Amino acid sequence: MLLDRRLIVVTGKGGVGKTTVAAALGLLSARRGGRTVVCEVAQQERLAALFGAHDVGHGEVELAPGLFSVSVQPERAMHEWLRHQLKSGALAGLLGHSRLFGYLTAAAPGVTELVTVGKVWDLAQDERRTGGSPFDTVIVDAPATGHALALLRAPRTYANIARVGPIARQAGSIDRFLRDPAKTGVICVALPEEMPVSETVDLEQRLSDDLGMEIGQVVVNGVLPDRFTSGDARTLRGLGDRGTKAAQAAVASALVEHGRAEAQREQLERLRAEARAPVSTLPYLFEPELRRRELELLSDRLEETL
Amino acid sequence: MIEDWLERKEVCICAGSGGVGKTTASAAIALGMAARGRKVAVLTIDPARRLANALGLRELGNEERRVDAGVDGELWAMMLDAKRTFDELIEWHAPDEKTRDAVLSNRIYQELSNALAGSQEYMAMEKLYELSQEGRYDLLVLDTPPTRNALDFLDAPRKLAEFIDSRSLQLLMAPGRMGLRVLGAGTNVAFSVMKRATGIDLLQDLGEFFRSFGGMTEGFRERAARVNELLGARSSAFVLVTSPRREAIDEGIYFHRRLKDAGLPFAGVIANRVQQAGGGTTRAALVDLCGEELGTKVYDGYEGVRRLADRDQLNLDLLRRRLGRTPLIEVPHLPDDVHDLEGLRRMDEFLFDSATPPSSRPR
Repeated sequence: MLLDRRLIVVTGKGGVGKTTVAAALGLLSARRGGRTVVCEVAQQERLAALFGAHDVGHGEVELAPGLFSVSVQPERAMHEWLRHQLKSGALAGLLGHSRLFGYLTAAAPGVTELVTVGKVWDLAQDERRTGGSPFDTVIVDAPATGHALALLRAPRTYANIARVGPIARQAGSIDRFLRDPAKTGVICVALPEEMPVSETVDLEQRLSDDLGMEIGQVVVNGVLPDRFTSGDARTLRGLGDRGTKAAQAAVASALVEHGRAEAQREQLERLRAEARAPVSTLPYLFEPELRRRELELLSDRLEETL
Repeated sequence: MIEDWLERKEVCICAGSGGVGKTTASAAIALGMAARGRKVAVLTIDPARRLANALGLRELGNEERRVDAGVDGELWAMMLDAKRTFDELIEWHAPDEKTRDAVLSNRIYQELSNALAGSQEYMAMEKLYELSQEGRYDLLVLDTPPTRNALDFLDAPRKLAEFIDSRSLQLLMAPGRMGLRVLGAGTNVAFSVMKRATGIDLLQDLGEFFRSFGGMTEGFRERAARVNELLGARSSAFVLVTSPRREAIDEGIYFHRRLKDAGLPFAGVIANRVQQAGGGTTRAALVDLCGEELGTKVYDGYEGVRRLADRDQLNLDLLRRRLGRTPLIEVPHLPDDVHDLEGLRRMDEFLFDSATPPSSRPR
């Protein structure tokens, strides 16, 4: 069961609904009694908006009973780390405000990724640097696949660069935690379309080649209902130009939906054949905006399939 | 439309948040311009090989490849290898072989250039500049990397310059009084505190790494300035690709404002995958037409689609109000997923005013 992991990283191609899945998974985890936090790392704060909360910031905000949200801000995470490292808020402040340090951290590739993943890791520890209560489950609403890989790889890169010393030690611990399948699970969200399916298969390969990690679960979002049978489609095509203009538009729309559902089935089959990870699905919701009710519905579906 | 936006343009930069169809739009623009007689190269740095996918090629390398698209002009495509491009850049800037080898074989260089996210943005801009200098194409279309912040790539040249800039490096190369004075009072303390935070070994290794960059810093800075010039030139055009979803629209509005503020040449917005629907009808009318069960299903499906279409139009209205006179092209959500040349050709009629010349029909 993926929810037994301490840390769950939710990634996937851009625009597939990672935030929605992370939120639904968070609801599910909290409902099952786990103290849960969902972290956003892209500074978009979309998660809180789904629950009608605003300005969550770097702090922990309770969105629902047992479900918290954190938006990880790299500068704040860096300050927390320095404070812990130097065991002094004053020294951390001094370094944090020095121009030299500013230049180095702003310009050196991967520092942002490292402190971000470091903060996420810290949330998943029994004893946290900030002294907060521990979480049973930490869910990361991670960036799209390419950047998510960079995020997961950053600790190892810095462990290698530093070799010895405090950075090497800490980056090494984070790297081991991320790559321990008993502690960290990866969920890849996809859509049942050509490119997201290809990107999922590609991610699985690269995660395994580069980091020795596996995807624990593929969640396919936006799967259309099997509303129309092939027989229905034949009947509809046979109607020709009967009916009013609006009725014809409705019939055309039904045929498009039928065609899309068929194409989706093909892509789902391909995904199931090409991905090693188990594949589960979530329904397409014909709702203009997703709100709490829709999230609950999706979390029920996740519970049935995970 | 697109042909007007790109008249006398040599560089077209497609930007937008992830998942809006940026790669597909870039490829469709490139194909459309090639079909109208231009010699076009489309570049992507996407690690997920999406452009290759969209163009129906198995894989693209760090060199441009000709796409057999049956067009009047020429269509070329390439997918950037960030690491390879970084190496080439070092080879180009290094004053001699010894410096080149020292950098390329440096442990820290290898770790950083290989893996880390930022280097992709740097390299996309680099390659764009290089190809524009070579002048082998009438038009270059850049599909920007799917960055967390859709605008990161704008800062890429400046950040690269800063990274290698001597001011921050002087200190690490020679942490003596000279270096310290440049950074001002307090740096000496900062340096010793930093040692405590990172370990002295790391600082020494970094110092060695930066020393090996030696005389290349000036070249990098100059180059970064030229890349910025290229982005702001009259021969460049930024195109924003968005979906009609609210999150993408909000990001698009922000993006538009930032480009305008930066004085960069903004050509227009492509709203991709806009849900279309006809007028309303009744369940009774559809039951009448298709029977009880099927009529109800058709009605339910159509009502859902109409709700989505209404939402899309509301979001686009918001975008239009914010764009002012900036043109916007709507591309409908096509019945089939666009992932090959055939699909790209279907987008053509929405992106371009004039019909595709007959000779560019599929062979």
